[in-house]
Amino acid sequence: MSAVPVTAVDPREPASASPPELATRLEALWGEGEGLRAWFATVDHKAIGLRYIVTAFVFLLLGGVEALVMRIQLASPEARVLNPEQYSQLFSMHGVTMIFLYALPVLSGFSNYLWPLLLGSRDMAFPRLNALSYWLFLAAGLFLYMSFFIGAAPNDGWFSYVPQSLKPYSPGPNLDVYALGLIFLGLSTTVGSANFVVTLLRMRAPGMSVNRLPILVWGTITASVANLLAVPAVSLACLMLWLDRHHGTHFFDIGGGGQPLLWQHLFWMFGHPWVYALVLPAMGLVSDALPVHCRRPLVGYTPVAMSTVATMVIGFGVWLHHMFATGVPPLALSFFSAASFVIAIPSAIGVFAWIATIYTGRARLTTPFLFFVGFVLLFVIGGVSGVMTASLALDWQLTDTYFIVAHLHYVLLGINVFPVIGAIYHWFPKFTGRMMDERLGRWTFGVMFIGFNLAFLPMHWLGLAGMPRRVWTYSHGLGFGAANLVVSIGAFLFAAGVLMFLIGVVHGALRGRIAGPNPWDAPTLEWSTASPPPVYNFAVLPLVASRHPLWEARIDEDPEGDRSLLTTGFALDDGKETLGVTPLDAQPDVILKMPGPTLLPALLSVALFALFVGLLCSWRWLDALAGLAAAAVLVAWFSPHATVRDEERVRIYE
Amino acid sequence: MSEVRTLDDTLPVQGQGRTGTAWWGLMCVIGTEGILFAYLIFSYGYLASQNVRWLHDGPRSLRLALPATVLLVGSSIVLEWAKRVGNRGRTGAARLGVVLAVLMGAAFMLLELREWKEQPFAFDTDSYSSIYFLLTGTHLAHVAVGLLGLLMMLAWSFGGRLRTEHSQYRALTTLYWHFVDAVWLFVFATIYLSPRLA
Amino acid sequence: MGNDRLRAFAGWRHPAAAGGRGHARRLPRRDVGERHVEGTEPGRRGERRPMRRRPGPVALLMLACAGCARESTPMDYMHGAAGPAQMPIQALAQGFTAICTAVVAIIAVLLIVSVRRGIREQRNDGDAVTPGRNGMPWIYWGVGLSVPVLLAMTVWSLLATRAVATPPAAPAVDVEVIGHQWWWELRYHGDRASDIVTTANELVVPVGQPVRLRMTSADVIHDFWVPKLGPKMDLVPGQWNNSWFQADRAGVYVGQCAEYCGVEHGKMGIRVRALPKAQFDTWLALERQPALPSINRGAQVFGQACAACHTVRGTGAGGIVGPDLTHVAGRLTLAAGMLPNTPTARMTWVAHTQQVKPGAQMPEVPLADVDRAAVVDYLGTLR
Ligand code: HEA
Ligand code: HEA
Ligand code: HEC
Ligand code: CUA
Ligand SMILES: [Cu+2]
Repeated sequence: MSAVPVTAVDPREPASASPPELATRLEALWGEGEGLRAWFATVDHKAIGLRYIVTAFVFLLLGGVEALVMRIQLASPEARVLNPEQYSQLFSMHGVTMIFLYALPVLSGFSNYLWPLLLGSRDMAFPRLNALSYWLFLAAGLFLYMSFFIGAAPNDGWFSYVPQSLKPYSPGPNLDVYALGLIFLGLSTTVGSANFVVTLLRMRAPGMSVNRLPILVWGTITASVANLLAVPAVSLACLMLWLDRHHGTHFFDIGGGGQPLLWQHLFWMFGHPWVYALVLPAMGLVSDALPVHCRRPLVGYTPVAMSTVATMVIGFGVWLHHMFATGVPPLALSFFSAASFVIAIPSAIGVFAWIATIYTGRARLTTPFLFFVGFVLLFVIGGVSGVMTASLALDWQLTDTYFIVAHLHYVLLGINVFPVIGAIYHWFPKFTGRMMDERLGRWTFGVMFIGFNLAFLPMHWLGLAGMPRRVWTYSHGLGFGAANLVVSIGAFLFAAGVLMFLIGVVHGALRGRIAGPNPWDAPTLEWSTASPPPVYNFAVLPLVASRHPLWEARIDEDPEGDRSLLTTGFALDDGKETLGVTPLDAQPDVILKMPGPTLLPALLSVALFALFVGLLCSWRWLDALAGLAAAAVLVAWFSPHATVRDEERVRIYE
Repeated sequence: MSEVRTLDDTLPVQGQGRTGTAWWGLMCVIGTEGILFAYLIFSYGYLASQNVRWLHDGPRSLRLALPATVLLVGSSIVLEWAKRVGNRGRTGAARLGVVLAVLMGAAFMLLELREWKEQPFAFDTDSYSSIYFLLTGTHLAHVAVGLLGLLMMLAWSFGGRLRTEHSQYRALTTLYWHFVDAVWLFVFATIYLSPRLA
Repeated sequence: MGNDRLRAFAGWRHPAAAGGRGHARRLPRRDVGERHVEGTEPGRRGERRPMRRRPGPVALLMLACAGCARESTPMDYMHGAAGPAQMPIQALAQGFTAICTAVVAIIAVLLIVSVRRGIREQRNDGDAVTPGRNGMPWIYWGVGLSVPVLLAMTVWSLLATRAVATPPAAPAVDVEVIGHQWWWELRYHGDRASDIVTTANELVVPVGQPVRLRMTSADVIHDFWVPKLGPKMDLVPGQWNNSWFQADRAGVYVGQCAEYCGVEHGKMGIRVRALPKAQFDTWLALERQPALPSINRGAQVFGQACAACHTVRGTGAGGIVGPDLTHVAGRLTLAAGMLPNTPTARMTWVAHTQQVKPGAQMPEVPLADVDRAAVVDYLGTLR
């Protein structure tokens, strides 16, 4: 019996064709050169994806260190490690960082890296826009963090309710940073999402029809469409906040007929869909990677894909469940409460599909597998605590207690951090060509899992025992002391796990065993090319005939159907180009010329950064300069190409 | 023996209209901007529903808004025509059409700014004035962006960079302009019509 | 028992000991309030073991933390509901916790079984890829069983909502609650306009009668929350929100502002003191009285240094920035639950306001020691 060892490496050549003469030509066409300029000018989705992931992890560490400081303060009653103002800035920046600068960007990173590889394309639809979305994300993150170092970081929580966030109660620049920073970041999210949407519609391998898309693609496309629809709400709210603060308007200020609850409506119309945008792609990562370690296809592909979309659709109709205690009439609230219960059904589909995949499969006990199994359990814990808060009457007690803090960490870490770390173990060989150490990986999982539960399970109890959230300290005699100490210990244990993970990454990148193109023997297209993939991804664009191109021979999904072609297909080597297909059935219908490396995206971000600094500091001259600079970049960006060719002969490799 | 072969079949390059990716990109922009206006109109409605002080003595006058609306809708039609003749290579007529559309758009802006001036309130008077200026102002900003786009296109055209075969440019600027036009109808309905119906 | 309760609402350590490890201050009984309140713990009556007062026996499965079990938790809402506005919610809380814990347990077991089985298969049959057996029944069964449970939970939740949405009888007492950064203004209206009683931070109510709260805020959003008595409700500026509760047992109930409202949000406590009807009436009658006129040094200092912000009815002091102090010495705590209301604590508060409650909207008024002592003495006379 020749069981493949658990930490397989793949000694074979990549499954897709890579004829040397074609490869050299493509390398010349697609290569971006070296050096500082090339680094800033890259439009390669793989480089951008990795930068997204690394940057998001830096923010995770920053937000995590903020949390650890908070945990020192909260470890015992009446502690005075921090003063109330410092505590406010810490929990606000913690929330903002984690929600906006870590959770979505890290998933954008994965999707950016993986999408073209999964879809069998050479790049995203708009490579320059892709670079722009990264640079804007970085700039907005720096913008938000600048304030931290001058001691004026946002300090009214991640949702900054008015009127607390209006000028009379928050006179400093703190909330201006918040409002402008979120608008700035919204630009990044918007261009990134638009890019995903168009990429899905147009940039697939021939034959990659909608029923063959990996679930990650379903997750990210759902999240992207949702972002396009939801982000304007928070950008608008932030614009109004800024206008109220600086231009005397009265959107929220009751003195002039404004409405404090308008902020809450706009914020949560955005906020609830957004939290699902933070998890659906991560669930997609699991749905795609878990089956590999169970040696079988995912159980219930269609229901899982549909439930992804359904979650988001319902997710647009539940925002009022964050406003149960605001005095909106109970009748109206009951509807939103019921809708919140309903949203558990699509989630249940996912949960049972994953369990079924494990049960009916042949599980390899690898590190990614452990993280994915852990994720399922944590998701259910976080999910059912969400169902408890979905109850209108019960939420009248639960809201704004540590129970909510427990809920949000179980879902956010359980469905985002755990899958992400599992996914890094899984795709690390693709990213770097090397494997991460399995033994260290298993220990890392153990420490993180135990630390996590130690840190966040007792928070449920704290919430039920009546501990309100966002308090900088709590009194003796309320009975919160011991549990908080446990929480703090757990938080540090979890941080130790994160540290072990980082060590594993560094070790893997430097010393890990060479992986080969497909070390896990996985079925999807990204594993058919070399690890790490060449800059053009596929020398010969594959033709897809099933959901699992690399498993077809073995699982025989469609006995009489065609087989995917990995060694013959479109060559497209007449310039830097790739294939566009029809949106639904993925028939080739256009050859797309891709832009080369360019500094325009980085320059545009610098200009916008200056613009926002100008707005923050009321430096009109800077705004004017930055506006002109941005306009100039845009003109250059969109100026017509000198030559346009109508048609091109198709070149194929066979 | 494996090798790269050139077939007799051809595929379009870059693609025009829906075959190009840019068209879909613009659709995304239009989608998200459209929703932005939906949220603005929601805010207007929400503030209206919660307020006793509203409107400042009746709905805003139609004296300037009506002609402005006619101008904007008209400019859309002119631009559509310009796009079509431009695609057929009648560069001169197309330029004329764009110039006309730009003038009509600019006239719309002037009328709106004029109306702003005539209001008995300012941006910071109260919640009604704030949302009135924000809603119309956001729309005006879109008109301005559209105008800049059209002017840029004219400049490229006169400079010889933009030629008949760049039909995607005409398609996209026109599409965006139609969008700005359509949004105005919603803004118009919200600010000028809804108080008259209620 | 009594000890627990003292700790519960004293919630205080002498600021001098702050930062170091001090003992929680035990209060002299006299300061705690009327005698009859003693021993009527706002928990289940006749309860012996503090262990039982923990929320959710099942939820606790997650917490094998012996330490927590020792402490009493006066703000928990899983046990000791004190009235009809909380009763249905408490049942809901316990029931939902049980259901959800069961769901988690079932899923955990299924996961363990699946993983073990998956691994066994792999050991036995190798890890070649196979189409796998049909797993769809899992989804059918899983979703099929979840939906009725969810449906039942929805219905239960709606019923509970209806039960607590409106009081069972017409409210006997009407109180206006006005949130301020970081204290509560409470107004009782009487038959005549002059009957209005304004007090702060301690809501005194009659036992066994529904109390209606009409709430708003003077500045930012706050949230009135006394877990043992009933639901939370936000205090939103520019809008009056209604809520109600009924305390069926006499006692002191601990509450806290539950919406972030600025730096001292964490120190915006509230106490509800439920008195038998007769005593409540006496209390209200007493509160209606203005303060006794006084011309001593303390009153003078107060008039100069404090009157701009505080009202003492019956004297010239009419400030509205801070709490009404007409009968301040009759309250259990000072500064929204920060300190027990003892003479020393009053001194501490006036002398070290910003140390006790950093950020509070009351400055540390610079006073000579004698003047401060005089004014603190004067405060003690405001009963
Ligand atoms: C990150 C993503 C994420 C996800 C996926 C969820 C998922 C859910 N959330 Fe959560 N939520 C947040 C992030 C998320 N939430 C955040 C960040 C906040 C706090 C914001 C703040 O105030 O700071 C919040 C707050 C929040 C509130 C407001 C609480 C309050 O402030 O008062 C509510 C109320 O209804 C709620 C409900 C739900 C529900 C019903 C789900 C459901 O989708 C869960 C569904 C899943 C399951 C139920 C598990 C699987 C199902 C089964 C195994 C079937 C069997 C189950 C049963 C029979 C019960 N959430
Ligand atoms: C993805 C989202 C996410 C993540 C990952 C976390 C992670 C953590 N969070 Fe938090 N949290 C939120 C999202 C998140 N949080 C949100 C949205 C809020 C609400 C905010 C609000 O109310 O506005 C919140 C609020 C919140 C609170 C409540 C604050 C309050 O209400 O007063 C607390 C309290 O304990 C807390 C704790 C923690 C802890 C201990 C971690 C731990 O998991 C952190 C683990 C630590 C690390 C990941 C860092 C590891 C560091 C090292 C290994 C050292 C190495 C260092 C270098 C190399 C520089 N979080
Ligand atoms: C600038 C306004 C201001 C001045 C001056 C001021 N106070 Fe205060 N006072 C407040 C505010 C606001 C509070 C509520 C603080 C809190 O709980 O956050 C308060 C609270 C108190 C309390 C507690 C009341 C309660 O119900 O718990 C006492 C007692 C008190 N002040 C006494 C004094 C005395 C004595 C002086 C003069 C030496 C004084 N105050 C001067 C604003 C003021
Ligand atoms: Cu008042 Cu929090
Ligand atoms: Cu939500």
